[in-house]
Amino acid sequence: MNNRIFTHLDALESESIHIMREVAAECKNPALLFSGGKDSIVMLRLAEKAFRPAKFPFPLVHIDTEHNFPEVIATRDKLAADLGERLIVRSLEDSIKRGSIVIKNPDLPRNPFQSVTLLETIAEFGFDACMGGARRDEEKARAKERIFSFRDEFGQWDPKNQRPELWDIYNTRVHQGENIRVFPISNWTELDIWQYIGREKLHIPSIYYAHEREVIRRGNSVIPVSDLVQPKAGEKVEVLSVRFRTVGDVTCTAPVESTASNVEEIIAETATTRITERGATRMDDQTSDASMELRKKEGYF
Amino acid sequence: MTDTTQLLRFITAGSVDDGKSTLIGRLLHDSKSIFEDQYSAISRTSEKRGMAAVDLSLLTDGLQAEREQGITIDVAYRYFATPKRKFIIGDTPGHEQYTRNMVTAASTANLVVILIDARRGVLVQTRRHTYLASLVGIPHIVLAVNKMDMVEYGQARFDEICTEYLAFAAQLGLHNVTCVPLSALVGDMLVDRGDNLNWYQGPTLMEVLENVEIDHDVNTTDFRYPVQWVCRPQTDEYHDFRGFMGRIEAGSVTVGDEITVLPSGRTSRVKEIVTLDGNLETACAPQSICITLTDEIDISRGDMFVKADYLPTVTKEFDAMLCWLSDAPLDKNRKYLVKHTTRTAKCLFTSIDYRIDVNTLEQHANPTVNMNDIAHVRLKVQLPLVTDHYTRNRASGSFIVIDEATNNTVAAGMIA
Repeated sequence: MNNRIFTHLDALESESIHIMREVAAECKNPALLFSGGKDSIVMLRLAEKAFRPAKFPFPLVHIDTEHNFPEVIATRDKLAADLGERLIVRSLEDSIKRGSIVIKNPDLPRNPFQSVTLLETIAEFGFDACMGGARRDEEKARAKERIFSFRDEFGQWDPKNQRPELWDIYNTRVHQGENIRVFPISNWTELDIWQYIGREKLHIPSIYYAHEREVIRRGNSVIPVSDLVQPKAGEKVEVLSVRFRTVGDVTCTAPVESTASNVEEIIAETATTRITERGATRMDDQTSDASMELRKKEGYF
Repeated sequence: MTDTTQLLRFITAGSVDDGKSTLIGRLLHDSKSIFEDQYSAISRTSEKRGMAAVDLSLLTDGLQAEREQGITIDVAYRYFATPKRKFIIGDTPGHEQYTRNMVTAASTANLVVILIDARRGVLVQTRRHTYLASLVGIPHIVLAVNKMDMVEYGQARFDEICTEYLAFAAQLGLHNVTCVPLSALVGDMLVDRGDNLNWYQGPTLMEVLENVEIDHDVNTTDFRYPVQWVCRPQTDEYHDFRGFMGRIEAGSVTVGDEITVLPSGRTSRVKEIVTLDGNLETACAPQSICITLTDEIDISRGDMFVKADYLPTVTKEFDAMLCWLSDAPLDKNRKYLVKHTTRTAKCLFTSIDYRIDVNTLEQHANPTVNMNDIAHVRLKVQLPLVTDHYTRNRASGSFIVIDEATNNTVAAGMIA
């Protein structure tokens, strides 16, 4: 390594590149799930490292809840355009119009329904492998999921019947109609992601950095005011300095109070933070101790 | 963390009641890697179950099914970091029927922590875990003699256990063993030294994890480069570009080196080592790179670049140790698939020589090979594979066996 120490980031990067190339070589019709969030932006850089000077041997796919932060969608479109890669967007609204998603209130969080549109998109394009930016440190169920996570015809994950994964020899074989979710950054932590964003000088949506925002306090969470979230009677709108640790559905993604306005400050905060990423920011994961596991069994990412 | 932080992967192995989950919970807790929301979740659960203190073992209980049964059923991965290293822990269950999970987690580990209950000493399970660690070739072993608080922190008991264990390990050819007395429950000798084991002068468990030398865990001498993907941009700028992408599994390569492509045996020279961050003069394992050559020769995925100084074996028939992972036993009448580096080929088991009893290490001839069995076999493959002995090179000495009917991974193999 030219007298340089092979660091943990080098090791993680090389592992992820190796995984992406295995997917490209062995799967017939793969896709890379790309939302414009920080983890998927890291995935995009890894894909560049894996395949340049050629184009990616797969399209980018976004399953759009249409409950978005505008900054994230702008970043999504700009990155895909700058890289000259094909971006496929499929919206939950289409599934709602088709009747495959029935929701009582269009303003409620939509993450639970993403599975439906994802499975419809997989069927539409015949994808046999979808690469996602999920990490094992995010959540207990993910901690036990394989890097190559096999799904049946209904997109379901069976945690008790996972293929053993040995060395770095990945079994990518599926029958017609089945598919695999692949998580090339399984072994990265939130801190690794931020260190890599810093090292690679990646452009990420501005809402990841501290900014002033109108928020409401509900329970232990601070919730951003938006078109979809308005104060209820008795709730007070405050302006706080906040940043987002994750970005998802705008109605259920909470920011954390922070003044960290650059990557170095975020790394320092992340290294000393006392609350998990999802614990702090995803109201939908707190409904039950096992809510991610249940969603994965239904075909979620 | 700094830009010199290294990555260490380790696993823990122990019997059901050796306190494995507590040890991991304690490492995470004392290195300040537990988050408040995780801690409050396990506090609530501990209280619900009527426990007096917070049960740190709950941290590694991942899935709903296990939470109901109160046991660990699969491999779970945990992450923590200190200023020196980032750690990946593969938590493996201690139950008899789960040899396959330990082999799975061990296959990527630099180090194994083998747990012993100081009251019970070296058990059948301890021998089994140690044998599996030696079979899979984990480079470093730590014997953690836990529950020292239950034996009055006695040095004589610790020495007795270490002597017995080291003798057994030596029989398996394992000499790289560090023994640490500790109490995961109390927290002695994990991250902090505590006040109860002052007679012990060696490193704490954390000091071992932070300082063990891992640079030579991969083979640094024999260049092995399986071609994963051939890069042909076919753009105006890169009209004639043909790059061979892959990860260096062993050794190193420098621009100008003569390489041999196996199995064809053709030779060429390295023209460029291409990366997104610019071309490199030299690269080494385990970097993922892209190599261009000075000559146009026919190369595809599954081929391997090597250098002439230490050549691997190109063969269609070889011996291997097998760990069978599937419910359905090995069927000699069936063809399976072997995936070895980046090449997949049909295979047939031509002989099953013996099975090893992992508890006694005795060999049994002409066995049926069932789930969790370790067996010595001979395979015939339809395409030539570029192989090394597993003990010399993990990457080119390992393979998996896939059942074509179910597409399941049914065995892990180590070329003997």
